[in-house]
Amino acid sequence: MQNRTLEIGVGLFLLAGILALLMLALRVSGLSASPATDTYKVYAYFDNIAGLTVRAKVTMAGVTIGKVTAIDLDRDSYTGRVTLQLDKSVDNLPTDSTASILTAGLLGEKYIGISVGGEEEVLKEGATIHDTQSSLVLEDLIGKFLLNSVGKEPRDAQPDN
Amino acid sequence: MRQKSILERVRLLGRSSIDVLAVLGRSCLFLFHALVGRGGIGGGFQLLTRQLYSVGVLSLAIVVVSGMFIGMVLALQGYSILTKYGSEQAVGQMVALTLLRELGPVVTALLFAGRAGSALTAEIGNMKSTEQLSSLEMIGVDPLKYIVAPRLWAGFISLPLLALIFSVVGIWGGSWVAVDWLGVYEGSFWANMQNSVSFTDDVLNGLIKSLVFAFVTTWIAVFQGYDCEPTSEGISRATTKTVVYASLAVLGLDFILTALMFGDF
Repeated sequence: MQNRTLEIGVGLFLLAGILALLMLALRVSGLSASPATDTYKVYAYFDNIAGLTVRAKVTMAGVTIGKVTAIDLDRDSYTGRVTLQLDKSVDNLPTDSTASILTAGLLGEKYIGISVGGEEEVLKEGATIHDTQSSLVLEDLIGKFLLNSVGKEPRDAQPDN
Repeated sequence: MRQKSILERVRLLGRSSIDVLAVLGRSCLFLFHALVGRGGIGGGFQLLTRQLYSVGVLSLAIVVVSGMFIGMVLALQGYSILTKYGSEQAVGQMVALTLLRELGPVVTALLFAGRAGSALTAEIGNMKSTEQLSSLEMIGVDPLKYIVAPRLWAGFISLPLLALIFSVVGIWGGSWVAVDWLGVYEGSFWANMQNSVSFTDDVLNGLIKSLVFAFVTTWIAVFQGYDCEPTSEGISRATTKTVVYASLAVLGLDFILTALMFGDF
């Protein structure tokens, strides 16, 4: 049956194409089957967010617990406002937790690391993380090093919001 | 040695531009009639399946083999550059993004123009020169509906699928070179890739690109066959034109599409 083998070939070809799309979706772009996990939003204000991008991950103890969904400038305090979307399962972050912008490897991407504070109260939807540590800017560091003032001046005051 | 007068040159210029416009108009009318004007594909599923086989399935081998090698070469080159900066884990994301955004759609379309496009042109051109097309018309069978439409649709369907298969095979070849041969850590290879590749921005945009390329390539191929001079020389010229025009159109359109999709403006 010449016609039959031909049709089987075409059917296999179409299946292979659809399978390829599925594979690209799941394995390569990491599209999860259930994207609508429960999340809540938290804001953090940074003096300098240099290099942080939307969709960067938010980690705690190296485990990814959320992602950055928006970055904009706060007009009143002239600081960068970063919106973090955290998993609902991690709802026990103390209000005085610290958010810092970290770099993965030497040339890697920027991400946000959260370290736990000691407060009893926990961060709720729409809350703000006050204790932040800005991104390390190489030029600033070199400038300070040239002026031989690394470690002598107090750390930049945190923005109050 | 008769010197051409200025008026004569102007006339030649006008004539050649009229010719170009006439071809463009004919090809648009042709496309319109073949796709919408005459009510779908004649002969239904049978003819389409046959064309899908000769256009799509038979192109599978060349697409898989070249995808494999391109993925492997990308991984090798990427590794040798990235390892200087100690970030060889980024090989996965580099291979995946290059394949999904550019090389998958473009190289597949170029291969498709050479492998399937030229065959379509030669086949239809030969039908025309042996007067099969006009005899079909004579017995009341519409060649646009029974010969052209199935081939157009087969091209539109197969090229995006081939491009997807190309990307998957290329990424697999890249992972084989990077992970199994060069010793990049497998976890970070895939994790980096999944972090940086987005389904809508990269996979779907690549798919849209290959849909556009499929449309243009198949259109050019089938039209050149249908419009060729019905001589053996005419067929060979039309086949050459198909490959040249289709390749140029794909590369030019790729630039425009990339600027629109990834150009940030």
